[in-house]
Amino acid sequence: MAIGKNVPRVDAVAKVTGRARYTDDYHMPGMLHAGYVRSTIAHGRVTRIDTAQAAALPGVEAVYTFEDVPQTLFATAGHPYSLDPAHMDVADRLLLTGHVRYHGDEVAVVVARDRLTLQAAIAKVAVEYEPYPVMVEGAAALAEGAFEIHAGSRNRIGESRYQTGQDVDAALAAAPIRIESHYRSRIVQHCHIENHIALAYMDDLDQITIISSTQIPHIARRIVGEALGLPWGQIRVIKPYIGGGFGAKQDVVLEPMVAWLTRRLDGRPVQIDLSREECMIGTRIRHPFDIALRAGADEEGRLLAMDLDVISNSGAYASHGHSVAAAGGAKMRSLYPNAQVRYHAQTVYANIPAAGAMRAYGSPQVLFAVECAVEEAARRCGMDPLAFRLKNVVRPGDKDGLTGKPFLSCGLVECLEKGRALIGWDEKRAALAGGQDGPIRRGLGVACFSYASGTFPVCLEIAGARIILNQDGSVHVQVGATEIGQGSDTVVAQMAAETLGIPYEKVHVVSTQDTDVAPFDTGAYASRQAYVVSNAVKRAAEELKEKILAQAQYMTGIDSAALDLQGGAVVYVEAPERRVMLLGDLALASYYDKEHGGGQLTADVSLKTRTNAPTFGCTFVEVEVDIPLCRITIREICNVHDSGRILHPIMAAGQVQGGAAMGIGAALYEELLVDAESGWIYNNNLLDYKFPTPVDIPEIGWAFVETTEPTSGYGNKSLGEPPIISPPAAIRNALWDATGVKIDTLPLTPHRLFRHFKKAGLI
Amino acid sequence: MFPISDYKKATTIEEALALMAEDPGLRPIAGGTDILIKLHKGKPGYDRLVDIHDVAALSGIRLNDSGDIVIGPGTVFNQVIANELIQTHLPVLATALATIGGPQVRNMGTIGGNLCNGVPSADSAPALLVFNATVTLRSHTGVRQLLVADFFKGPGEVDLAPGELLTAITIPAADHRDHFGHYIKYAMRDAMDIATIGCAAAVAIEGDRLGDLRLAFGVAAPVPIRCPAAEAAAKGRPLDGELAERVAAAVLSDVRPRDSWRAAKDFRLQIIGELARRALRHAVMNAGGRLPCDRP
Amino acid sequence: MRQTIAITLNGSPRRFDVDVRQSLMEVLREQAGTLSVKQGCGVGECGACTVLIDDAPVDSCIYLAVWADGRAVRTTEGECRDGQLSPVQQAFVEEGAVQCGICTPGFVMAATALTERRPGEPLDRDAIRRGLAGNLCRCTGYATIVTAVEKCICREEE
Repeated sequence: MAIGKNVPRVDAVAKVTGRARYTDDYHMPGMLHAGYVRSTIAHGRVTRIDTAQAAALPGVEAVYTFEDVPQTLFATAGHPYSLDPAHMDVADRLLLTGHVRYHGDEVAVVVARDRLTLQAAIAKVAVEYEPYPVMVEGAAALAEGAFEIHAGSRNRIGESRYQTGQDVDAALAAAPIRIESHYRSRIVQHCHIENHIALAYMDDLDQITIISSTQIPHIARRIVGEALGLPWGQIRVIKPYIGGGFGAKQDVVLEPMVAWLTRRLDGRPVQIDLSREECMIGTRIRHPFDIALRAGADEEGRLLAMDLDVISNSGAYASHGHSVAAAGGAKMRSLYPNAQVRYHAQTVYANIPAAGAMRAYGSPQVLFAVECAVEEAARRCGMDPLAFRLKNVVRPGDKDGLTGKPFLSCGLVECLEKGRALIGWDEKRAALAGGQDGPIRRGLGVACFSYASGTFPVCLEIAGARIILNQDGSVHVQVGATEIGQGSDTVVAQMAAETLGIPYEKVHVVSTQDTDVAPFDTGAYASRQAYVVSNAVKRAAEELKEKILAQAQYMTGIDSAALDLQGGAVVYVEAPERRVMLLGDLALASYYDKEHGGGQLTADVSLKTRTNAPTFGCTFVEVEVDIPLCRITIREICNVHDSGRILHPIMAAGQVQGGAAMGIGAALYEELLVDAESGWIYNNNLLDYKFPTPVDIPEIGWAFVETTEPTSGYGNKSLGEPPIISPPAAIRNALWDATGVKIDTLPLTPHRLFRHFKKAGLI
Repeated sequence: MFPISDYKKATTIEEALALMAEDPGLRPIAGGTDILIKLHKGKPGYDRLVDIHDVAALSGIRLNDSGDIVIGPGTVFNQVIANELIQTHLPVLATALATIGGPQVRNMGTIGGNLCNGVPSADSAPALLVFNATVTLRSHTGVRQLLVADFFKGPGEVDLAPGELLTAITIPAADHRDHFGHYIKYAMRDAMDIATIGCAAAVAIEGDRLGDLRLAFGVAAPVPIRCPAAEAAAKGRPLDGELAERVAAAVLSDVRPRDSWRAAKDFRLQIIGELARRALRHAVMNAGGRLPCDRP
Repeated sequence: MRQTIAITLNGSPRRFDVDVRQSLMEVLREQAGTLSVKQGCGVGECGACTVLIDDAPVDSCIYLAVWADGRAVRTTEGECRDGQLSPVQQAFVEEGAVQCGICTPGFVMAATALTERRPGEPLDRDAIRRGLAGNLCRCTGYATIVTAVEKCICREEE
């Protein structure tokens, strides 16, 4: 039995020895290097572009401008294809553009034999612009008569609304306690340590092979086909090990360009390897949200209604379109199902880098607002914020206010109780009850979240698994789901071992996805993989087991119904200690017996998942605030999660700690700074963008409340993204608790604390 | 590959000086942690180099006959930090250098490079300023010595003529013997960051009074500075609850921080006053005294 | 501007014909084949390219290859000998300190330097964090990495 055990991670040895190969480790002789000429202004039109000097440099193979590329607009989002034209992604990209829309937009591309020549040539491309008005805030782009960043768009990408309950306005009007506030989050960037990189080459006249650091190889294949107007089958995408993605690689960024370049250059290998500075502006960011929120509660501490009006800023290009804002709203609904909710969101263009998917996809922004407002409601009721939440959060049997479907597995109340004990909430609260007045003060905070396990019913959820019995009795498992560091390959191996009844060590997972051979799966996003792949792997393992037992019946004459596979051997169901034969012997016979049956025993399953499992959790935090230095220090923090059954405790803890650390970064440190007037970006590097180092992240506590999710193959639910969601609101609430100052904009940097402390007369 | 257009290697100081005399356009590169980054970013003016990385005579730390501490400018930060003389006589310099970058950068970057780079945020500067350190500058034709305080000319600009090389940093015996110091770096992260404000204080205590205060700041002005007004306000005052407040108030007339996207002027002023209080308090503690103050 | 350098790479004497403009990272990746040395920023901010030079960690992306002449260079490839992981590598595997793995070789080398520096001297978690402060990881939140190093130090003490 492998599920729930801390089995050795399948790729850990490859990674500690440096043998794991990432995209940049695939060098080809004669490989060319390509790089972009990026705009030096945030909005405008190229009036003149002179490439002659660059092209004349020895070692430069080609220079192409926006005038040279195909004029087919394409969409880049890593979403499954939709058969419904109304649900298609927004096609607003060309390979290069003469209408630049953010500081760093791509107007030309240079191809050279080496990187040094490439950089010199890029610097020699002379570009002149006619400037257009720059709008960095969503509200400016929405203003009447605002300049259109994309012609005909009115700067609007999408809009959605939903409402649960009868009458939100009436409930708010009647509520004895009413909260009205405005919450904002600023730009954060994924900062995966491996920058975006892709390489393409051709083996013949038609087929293009792309090696790319992508979370979504099968989607990348389709989008390259769409962008270049080629049949999808002519595109092959290979995904080796990937050095982090966090959503920025759930988007097609470099692949169409390298594919187009290799085609233009006789199939020669062409690589684009973005610098850190480029990666931080020229790929994707998290959408900054502006949220106007009204909430109402009664004096007994019942949350009655919430009304959210959201502007989501998608920046220069639509990328994931309106999906992020819509998803953030939808996934919030399961948290307080007994309150009426109205959610309205608009996604707009602006002259900042393109926003796309990022870990937890809209939920961090929406739940920051919700959990700040809930905190206020609790305090206005005179209640302990934890008690208020315990009174209002979802319980098993509660129903989704929109679909009416009940929540099947739900351990949020237990999570809150566990966190309460872990951090010593009641004791710490009692100790702080007397009030504080020194320069250094402490505070306690809590925040909850709800999330989902995939994108169904909005999008298709499909997973593929193929299991092959090898001659030695081991198996190879091939899935379309991608390992991006989260441990997906390891849990796939655990699942296969569990259901097949063979030792974990006998399961080999093919880590690389090659779209020519890997089963179809749309990839790593939405915390979907362990959930949707579980049923595919389980079914494939069951099918293979059936074939193995049939082979055993053929070889021994014993009815397969009386046989089972356990510990890598065929045994009797009734007497599992009695071994009928070793799987290796069975496999050899199956492969090589000249007379009869068998062959290579395989199972190949493609499965659509038509369920989704909500997932829950919370953060507890104690902070210390140094008021004169405007600084928050986390004294203690822990995340508690209901993620169904825990497949691998150490890796699960790693997801929680890593996600919470990213949440702490977004809460206290990180902001990509854009000049409000020019759109100029100041800090697209790791010195000036304050990615927390090992000394900046505190020890992060974690705990799980294990539930069993019936719709999942192994009882598990999502875990990859959720840990990032609740730390920022918990920290903000703790800051309020410590100082009486409530700040409704993230991040809570010393600069921002200074303004608020000054206004409050604390300094 | 870095866009280096000219490269000469020197193994002795004389060789380096000869190369620079012959071609004053050559810039010395020692640890590389500033220059190679500038080259990586394509910044012009750094592509012609004389490599002094392996000039042994530029590194090492010694006490001279007068008891002055002489630091070779090519000594990498971690060697300065771990050096016994520094640990014994000038621990505040070790404290300051330990706030630079991370372990890797401190194994590569040199203390001389930190000064010659000339940025207002150089963490070595405030600590050297409060100990009246001097720099020795040699060229093919001569040698001159000046106070670190006079070495800084403007942001990114130091008093180093073409063909001149920084060959020694000297901390006079009298200064390191009588004064005890403290350095506080205020930055957005606790590692791998540049100072928003850096503050060094050095004090001498006479009984229950402050005999002397020297206070220096990084990023509080276009160059690292000493704070004469704050120093005068504190000198000879009793070690009472009022002292830190006097210093914090007086220092505001010494500093000229600017507004930038990294930090606003009023925010920097807040931090400057607060760091003055805390650095003073800790320097007094290091000198064996006690200063009443409700700050950590 | 070419020069021949002689280095001891992971215990073996090697000679490379290098361009003086090359970083050590480039020579290690492109000529020596030690692909564990990763580039994450090119300016010494992320530590993914950390190697040991004479047992001290440096960012090989901002270290000229010619400076390594005559010195001993270690990368994580050389830490695994005869199929045996080093204690640091083994601890990283056991403690779940590996996720996407791109920062791992750099962390392994920084951690190796830290555990070798003062053998037997205890290091608490804060000191370990300071010793690893030149390396960035976006996956783990660092806790498991710190635990792995702590475990190595405890094992040494036993």
